[in-house]
Amino acid sequence: MKATVLVRPKPGILDPQGQAVESSLRHLGFSVDEARVGRLVDVDLPTDDRADAIAQLKRMCEQLLTNPLIESYELELDGAPVTA
Amino acid sequence: MTDSALPRPVIPVVVFPGSNDDRDAQLALAGLGAVAPRVWHTEEVLPRGTSAVVLPGGFSYGDYLRCGAIARFSPVMRAVIAFAESGGLVLGICNGFQILTEARLLPGALRPNASLSFVCRDVALSVERTDTPFTSRCTEGETLTIPVKHGDGCWFADDELVAHLEANGQIALRYAAGESPNGAVGDVAGVIGEHGNVFGLMPHPEHAVDALLGSTDGGLILGSLVDAARSSAAAVV
Repeated sequence: MKATVLVRPKPGILDPQGQAVESSLRHLGFSVDEARVGRLVDVDLPTDDRADAIAQLKRMCEQLLTNPLIESYELELDGAPVTA
Repeated sequence: MTDSALPRPVIPVVVFPGSNDDRDAQLALAGLGAVAPRVWHTEEVLPRGTSAVVLPGGFSYGDYLRCGAIARFSPVMRAVIAFAESGGLVLGICNGFQILTEARLLPGALRPNASLSFVCRDVALSVERTDTPFTSRCTEGETLTIPVKHGDGCWFADDELVAHLEANGQIALRYAAGESPNGAVGDVAGVIGEHGNVFGLMPHPEHAVDALLGSTDGGLILGSLVDAARSSAAAVV
């Protein structure tokens, strides 16, 4: 199954990269209230079991893909968001 | 500087792919009276007689994903974590500090500098604690001059965690007022672990041990570690 992990800086965490992008967008004339920059990880899993894939992805996020102190994540499986 | 009559504690310096301050750390520790073998990250055990461990600066694993996130899972880190959990002295410098926070041996996280610029210069530091194995050669409120060189040194913890660390006296080193090179919360430059045996700092004490290079204040930090390692080695024997 193809999965996507979206990692975001948590609200309130200083995101200097997002600020730089935000100010650059304004310089280009776009009206932007805020921009935040996260990370996207595409993972191809050798399983067709949805529940197993989700369980594995959550473990990957907790152990390596995110730092829970400063980042949150969302999962997508085969292009569709995974809810709760 | 070295008193040859004193025992030389064994303080290995771990080398990850991308570490680049390991030789400076080794040289500085040797000059202060330690034996500091460099230990490759694939080793699963620490050298015999290890009485402290140093994780040096650099860009382990290219800083991919997050600084320190991948090095944390190196084989040698299992040994380092076990050593720390059994009370062993561990010092993380710059990338070493990032690795220790990722390994949850130290609180907080290190984020990109607020300026988004890589900063490389001397900074003034205020010593907040002198009763630790890493600062015992310093005096209370002393200002140290030690260089920083990092792009991801903005230490972060939420208000609740900061209050807890303040109350526990774990914030051992701060940038002097107006000196913060990175926007760290509370001007934090170095944090000590809950049990007092693990310390991480963004400044590089190993680059400040020779007057020729401007400051010897780094020798106070590394010298404190050598002293503590020597007494813990004596305790083991």
